[in-house]
This record gives sequence, C-alpha cells and structure tokens, in this order.
Amino acid sequence: MRRVADMFKPLSRPAEMIHDISVLTLLICGVIFVIVTVLLVYVVIRFRQRPDDDGHEPPQIYGSTHIELAWTIIPILITVVLILVTSRTIGEIQNREMPENALKIRLVGHQWWWEIHYPEYGIITANEIHVPVSDRDPEKARPTHIVLQSADVIHSFWVPQLAGKTDLVPNKDNEIWIDPYEVGVYFGNCAEYCGTQHANMLLRVIVDTPENFQKWVDNQKAPPPPPTTPLEIEGERLFFANSCVSCHKVDRTVSQGVFGPDLTKLMTRQTIGAGVAPLTHENLWAWVKNPQDLKVDCYMPDMQLLPKEVDAITAYLETLK
Amino acid sequence: MATGPIDPNFKAPAPERVGEETGTWSHVIQNLVYTVDHKKLGLMYIGAGLLFFVVAGIMALLIRVQLFVPHSDFLEPAVFNRFFTMHGTAMVFLVGMPIIFGFANYLVPLMVGARDMAYPRLNAFGFWVFFFSSLFLYFSYFGAPGLYNAGSAPDVGWFAYSPLTSKAFSRGHSTDYWSLSLLLSGIGSIATSINILVTVFCLRCKGMTLGRMPLFVWLFIVVAFLVIIALPPLSACQIMITMDRYLGAKFFDTQAGGSAVLWQHFFWIFGHPEVYILILPGFAIASEVIPVFSRKPIFGYPIMVAASVMIAFISLGVWAHHMFTVGMTSLGNTFFAISTMVIAVPTGIKVFNWIGTMYGGKIRMELPMIFCIAFLFQFLIAGLTGIMLSVVPFDWQLSDSYFVVAHFHYVLIGGLLYTIFAGIYYWYPKAMGKMLSHKLGLWHFWLFTIGFHLTFLPQHVSGFLGMPRRIFTYEADRGWEIWNQLSTIGVPIQALGILFFVYNLIWSYYKGKEAGDDPWDAWTLEWACTSPPPEYNFEKAPEVRSRRPLWDLKHPEDPDWKFE
Amino acid sequence: MSTAEATSDWKLPSQRKVGMISLIITESALFTIFVVAYLFYMGKSLNGPYPYQVLHLPIWASFALFGSSVTIWFAEKALHKGSKIGFNIWWLITILMGAYFVYFTAEEWYHLIYKEGLTISTNVFGSTFYALVGLHVSHVIVGLVLLTIVFVSSLRGKLHHDHHEHVEMVSWYWHFVDAIWVVVLLVVYIISLNY
Repeated sequence: MRRVADMFKPLSRPAEMIHDISVLTLLICGVIFVIVTVLLVYVVIRFRQRPDDDGHEPPQIYGSTHIELAWTIIPILITVVLILVTSRTIGEIQNREMPENALKIRLVGHQWWWEIHYPEYGIITANEIHVPVSDRDPEKARPTHIVLQSADVIHSFWVPQLAGKTDLVPNKDNEIWIDPYEVGVYFGNCAEYCGTQHANMLLRVIVDTPENFQKWVDNQKAPPPPPTTPLEIEGERLFFANSCVSCHKVDRTVSQGVFGPDLTKLMTRQTIGAGVAPLTHENLWAWVKNPQDLKVDCYMPDMQLLPKEVDAITAYLETLK
Repeated sequence: MATGPIDPNFKAPAPERVGEETGTWSHVIQNLVYTVDHKKLGLMYIGAGLLFFVVAGIMALLIRVQLFVPHSDFLEPAVFNRFFTMHGTAMVFLVGMPIIFGFANYLVPLMVGARDMAYPRLNAFGFWVFFFSSLFLYFSYFGAPGLYNAGSAPDVGWFAYSPLTSKAFSRGHSTDYWSLSLLLSGIGSIATSINILVTVFCLRCKGMTLGRMPLFVWLFIVVAFLVIIALPPLSACQIMITMDRYLGAKFFDTQAGGSAVLWQHFFWIFGHPEVYILILPGFAIASEVIPVFSRKPIFGYPIMVAASVMIAFISLGVWAHHMFTVGMTSLGNTFFAISTMVIAVPTGIKVFNWIGTMYGGKIRMELPMIFCIAFLFQFLIAGLTGIMLSVVPFDWQLSDSYFVVAHFHYVLIGGLLYTIFAGIYYWYPKAMGKMLSHKLGLWHFWLFTIGFHLTFLPQHVSGFLGMPRRIFTYEADRGWEIWNQLSTIGVPIQALGILFFVYNLIWSYYKGKEAGDDPWDAWTLEWACTSPPPEYNFEKAPEVRSRRPLWDLKHPEDPDWKFE
Repeated sequence: MSTAEATSDWKLPSQRKVGMISLIITESALFTIFVVAYLFYMGKSLNGPYPYQVLHLPIWASFALFGSSVTIWFAEKALHKGSKIGFNIWWLITILMGAYFVYFTAEEWYHLIYKEGLTISTNVFGSTFYALVGLHVSHVIVGLVLLTIVFVSSLRGKLHHDHHEHVEMVSWYWHFVDAIWVVVLLVVYIISLNY
C-alpha cells in the first residue's frame, strides 16, 4: 500500500518527468537561497552599527549601474534555463501520443465520489480505478489514458506518485495519462475544493499485473451471484422496493439510478463512501443505516430503515461481488 | 493658527493627541465618525484591519486545532469550511487592504508635503464603505440561514469557484454575503486609489518632481493603478454571479453552455494583481525603513521605481498560473509559466537593492529594521517557492496542496505582515508621539517569528507528501500527522507574540518614551512636523530640492541635490 | 530646502483631469470584462434566439449618441466664448439626444423580451447581451443625470466661465460613454450578427 503519496517517489512516467524537473528546480532555488541568505547574514553582521560608533554617517552611495546589470543578467539567465526546461516538460506530458494498446478510462467526478467507466469493456464502477501495470521500457509500455469529466462542480484528480493533478471541470473534457511501473495500491485525493465532504473524496488506483487486471475485468463483467439465504432475498426485495434504485444501479436488474455509485460489484471495493471508511460488515451496516453518520451532508439521506431492514439490505449488498 | 511673523520652519506646536481634543467619549466618537482628516482615517483603517486580523486569526487557530490530529471532530466539516473561507476572505479584504490603505492615507499626503488627500470626503466615504462591507460579511453568520444546512457564513473558499457558487450547489444566502460585501469593499478600494493618484499627481509640494518622491509614494502610485485596473474584474465577477444566482443568467451555468473556467479567468485577472496590491505596500515600507536604519540612501532609486512599475505591468499578465491544472493547452500553460518567471526578475532586483542599501551602511538594529531583515529572509523563501510553482509540471503536483498554502503565507505573513509591523514600529511614534517599547517589541518579534516558521515551514513538506488544501480532516497513515502537529503548535506561539504586540501598542500610548518630531533621524517630510502632526500637517508648504529634504537640512555641507 | 535657487513655476496636473481620467480607466476595466464575456460566449448558446435573428443595427440611436458628443463640444465652445444662451441650447440638445438613446434602448429591450423571448436567463447570449448593453445604458443614465445637474445650474445662473473645467470633465465622461458605445456597436451589433 502506498499510503504516503510522496511526489518524490514517482512510480509512473509522467510523475517521473515531473520529479526530474522538480529536483532541478529545487537545486537551482536552493543555490539561490544559500547565496542570498549568506549575503544577507554577512551584511547584517559586518555592517552593524558598533557600540563605539562615532556617529558619522557612512558614505552615501546612490547606486551602481554595473552591479545592477550583474544582478539583473544572472537572474534573466536562470529564468531562461527554467523557461526552456519547463516548456519542454509541459509538451512531453501534455502532448504525449498514446499507443494503440493504451487502456481508456472515463472518470466522472461527483460530489463526493468518483465514477469510472471502462468503455472498451462496458464496465462502470466507483471510487477505485484498476489499471494494468505498465513497463519502464517504452516499447512494452501500456499506459492508461483517462478522460476527466464532472457531473456537478470542479474536482481534481491527484495521485501524486502516478501523475500531476488535472481538474475535472463540468462541460469540459480534460485528459490525463498514467504509466505505472509497479504493482500496488496508490492513494490520492480530490484536490479541488468541491463542497462539504471534499476531504473525504478519496481515490485509490490499484495497479494489477496484466493477468490480475484481466481477472478483475472478467469479474466486473460477470453477473453477481444471485441471493440465496432468506435474509439476502428479503434484502433484495427491500432494495428494489425502496428508493435505493432511484440513485443506484445493479447491472442486469431493473435499477437504473445513476445519481449514486454503481453497486454491481460493491464488495470488490476496499472502502465505502469514497474512502471514508474501510469496507467491513460493520461499516457497511452503519452506512446503510445512516450514511450521515459516516459522511455528514453527503447526498445519500438517512433512509429511516429499521435495524432488521438494514440487516437484510446489508446481506443483499454483500452478495454483490 | 500662525501667530506673529512668518515662521521660517514649517512645523507648528504639537497639538493635543488624537482623541484628546475634548474630554468626553461622545466627542471622541463624533470626531471619528465625522472626520475627513487623512491621518485619522488612516488610523481608523489600520485599527479596523488589526481588529479583523485578530478575528480571522482566531479562525485560523481553530482550523489548526481541528487539523492537529487525523479524524478530529473538534469542528464539523461545514463549520471548518466556513472558517477557511472567512479566514481567507477576511485576511485579504478586511485586513490586508484596509491596513495598506491606512498606511497610504496617513503617510502619502505628509510625504508629498500636502495638507490632506485630494478628496477628503471621498476618503471618508471609502473608509465607511469598507467598514460597512466588513460588518456585512460577518453578519452572514447571523443573517444568512437558508434551507436545511444551507445558510450561514460563506463556505465556498475565498475565491469562490463556479459552479460551486451557483444556486444549485450553494443554497441559502451565504455566497451572496460574500459577493456583495466584496463588491462594496471594492468600491471603497477604488475610491481610495483614485484619491491617492490625484493626491500624488496634483498636490506635491514645490520642487517635488516625480523623481524626488519617496519610494513609498511611488509604490503607492503603482498600487493605486493596479487597484483601479484590477478591482473592476472582481466587481464584474460579483455582478455576474449575482445575476446567475437571482436572475437566472447563464454566465457560469455549465448546463447552458456556460464556462466554469471563465470565472477562474475573471477572478484571477483580479486575484493575481490583488496579491501584488497587497505586497507592494510592504515593499514601500521596506524601502523607507531600510535606508534610514542603514544610514544610506536607497541603492538604485531609479531601478527600484522601474522594477516596481514593471512588476505591476507584468502582474496583469500572469493570472492563469493559478489555473495550470484546469486543462489549458500546453501553449497557454507555457505562456503563463514564462510571464510568471519573468516577474521574478524585477522582484529579485528589489531584494538585491535592499541588501545593497544595507551594504556599507551602519545598521541600527531597532525594531523596524529587525522586522525588515526578517522580511527579506522570509520573502526570499516565498519568492523561491513561487518560482517552484511557476514551473508548470512541478505545479501539477503542488497546486491546491499545502505547499501553496505555505507559499502564500510566507508571502503575506513573512512578507507583508512583517513589513506592516516594521511600519508600525517606525511610524507609531509619529502618529502617537510616543515610542513603542523595544523590549516588548523583541518579545513580539521572537515569539511571532518562531511560531510563524513552526507553523508554515512544515506545510511545504505536507504539500510534497500529497496533502491537498481545504480538507477538514485526513487519514492517519498518509504521513501528514507530524507536519500538521508542528504546524498547530506554532499557532499559540504566534498568538502570544501578537498579545505582546497589542499590549505594546496600548502600553506605549500611555507610558512610552516621548518621541519628538524625528526620533529615527530620518529624511522624508513626515518627520518635519510634530509628533503627532497638526491637523493641517505643515504650517507652511514645504519646498524640496532632493529625495531627502531633511538630509539636506541636516547636512547643508553635503546635500543630496548636489549628487542626485 | 531651497534657498536662493527657488523653483520656478510649479505646474502640477489638474486635479479634476487626473480624477476623471482615473475614473475612466477604472470603468474601462469594468467594461472590458463584460465585452470579453460577450465575445467569449458568441456562438455558444445552446438554444435561441440567436443574435442574427433578433438584433438590428441601431442606426438612429447611434446617430443620436455620437451626435450628442458633437453637440456637447459645441456647448463647451459656446461657454468658452461666454455665450450662455448658446451653451444652454447645445447642452439641452445633448441631453435630449442622450435621452433618445435611452428611450431607444428601452424600446429595443421591450421588443426583445416580449416579442422575441430573449431575457437574461434565456441563454448565454441573453445574459451577456443584457449585462453589457445594460451596463452601458446605466452609464448613459448617470451621464444624463450629470448633464442635467449642469443644465439646472446653468439655468439658475450659477455657471460661469471659471467652471470651464468642471463642464469639461462632464463632457469627458460623456465622450467616454460614447467611446464605449463604439465598442458595443462593433462587438454586439456588427461582429456577433454572424452568430
């Protein structure tokens, strides 16, 4: 698990490109910092008024064209270097051609969860993005290209170890690409204030081996097993009888709700509520009972269910795997 | 007021002090309410600004308490979101702007040898409009409740991005309090800036060509120009968002083809010059304090003027560096990266010139100078983190993270606030006739400085580690806790420093050492009158022949006008 | 401090002129944003009515407004020559032409709202159109108020030769309002008629 999303430990090509230019920038700024600070400290110490000062004013110097030129030209040169490397890196990241085999994903931001479409596979899921691992060798690389959209306000996709951030803006399609080198789970956040629960709009990118990724795809496409126990069947009945279906969808059923996350493969996810709590039986039960307890002001209301109804619905939801 | 033959000096006997003209409270209040005197209005601006500084500072304290530990429930999310919105909005519009206009109001007429501002009644209007707007903004806490959980103070961030501010996502009236109070305060700022421009261009005393004005005045010309050009876009934003919210207009309605990004463009076309409007007065103060306490004229006056003008001009063309993540083309991103990096050059030149002023001088480590030295160091850090942010790919990681929060607090606290402190320690004797206590000042300085760095230095690290802005809580294992804890610990230390400062301001008014006209042995015209100055400033309009008229008076054998 | 070398004529710019120029600069910045918004949204409305369907070049209104800039200039010249009657006549004509412009705008808006169904909330064209044209006509109205104040002062015999600059400043404001109309005419009634 890469919970500490350190931008200086990049594990994807765009993040690496960013890392390289960032280190260069830090070095340049570090050198400037040291030089100017040393100069400042020197001046403060050397030209301090001494206790035995005779009270005469020091020589009244008004300026010096040579010195002015020197400390204008050197910063200009540094600026030119930075401009050149910056423009090059911008182009390398933003205008990168995607290979044919790139995985294509469409990510839609909602208040306060993520909707993910895999158009090539016909999969819709939520809050966790599965991608196949890529390769450092450009010949063997399989990057993932993500189109970014928003259903409501502006959000931002930020998984520091995989790429810089790009915003999800309503009525504007943005795009980003990642090229992860190592299998694992990568953590990120929504990085544009989007309302009350902005802090709990968390993101996981799960990088699988190609085999595991295919297994995941197959599982996502397969129908969930039908409910068997009486409790699960009762839960299914309640799920469809209540207004759950006006917001949520379970594949191959009559539910068509798109306002909330697709629940078809809910149990394959690691968290509930876009990362607000791990997906355990207790947390799922608590969420179904009253989501406002875990994520106050989220758009799923307290459904005023009786505890035994919650038992049943939870049991049904736990079949969605 | 003059008695007898014409007095060759242009100062008059010291009047009674502000608030002491008559004895009663009602006279004091009437005095303040009816005044059009630039000095009183200046002090009122600064007083109001300091008051809101404490209020907004308390909000920051509460924010930091909430962030001390992960999953804290000290503050509810909605309350937290209102706090950071109000903290930012108040600090920019109710603290920064009034304090800088307060300084300008008090000092610009004195420095140019004028009797008052060009439009004294407009001046008063500007103050009261600002003051009303500040009360209006805070009234949102009481006045704005709307639908269930949809009212109270604004909670959309100080830059209020669309479409979060549309009626659909911001129900109730909280956003309206934000936009209308800023519309009002903008009017006040524009009025004051026009006043400054007319005063400086049209009321300078004899001999004071533009090339002989104190740098303080030059910087305020630049600030005033920026205000009259950059505040209208904010007003336009407020008009548009209010039309969207109440008349069904479609300026930012993405469902109707409107553009959320357009708000960002318009807002930052205001917002970036705004931060220069805030920091340039800090440069103005530093440019007065550093020479006096180094006992040398400012190094490179013409370049300082040119650099300031260049900064203002370029600042109108960098705004989209706040938008590098919004999905502009690579060409757009590159253009704004270039313009942002270019602005670093004249800014750096100014820092070097200040150091050049100190070089070869005799530095007096009085409090104004101590704060200016800290300013130089802290502004250096701020400028360098700014350069890092201008490197677009680096910004793709750092934007909207705590790194940016650290950057702008280094600019605004480490830069602007420190020069404001320097200015207060420098000019308080002039305004009040008493010196501020050096010892209390040192307590203020050290406590505040230690606290400031403890709070904001670690935030650079949490930014590097992926912590976004404006989150009311965070998870335990993201590597952010220690940095948040350090950050929070710094706050009570800063608060203690401020307490010493406030105590100093009050104690010194009654018990401070008598200041006299010119306690610092300075060179600009405000030191030629009594402390405090009489209402009409100068008994006889001054005449100057150089940039340092008092130096010429004190050193007739070596006057500036022989060398400039 | 100067002693023998007294500075000669100390000429500073006129307060009124610097003040009015500053006001014009700040108002120009405000108008610029609304013009940019209008240009940005040209062609982006998702539904009609569209500009080409409902807008017509306002020839007479523009003639009135531009003409009023000429008549105000005549009025100033008359004041300079000392002709109070001449000033009053030309000043009044200016006001009437400005008032006609406002009347035209009201008529145009009535037609657009009630006959064409274009309101501020119809589409982005409606929003940007009414905002920009409305901002302009509100400045015309303010200008008319200023002109009327001057006119009433003149009728009461309070206007003298010394007030030349005061009158000039009002006329600068009026010319500014006209200059904005040039831009609005170009952007709204010529360029956007292609959309």
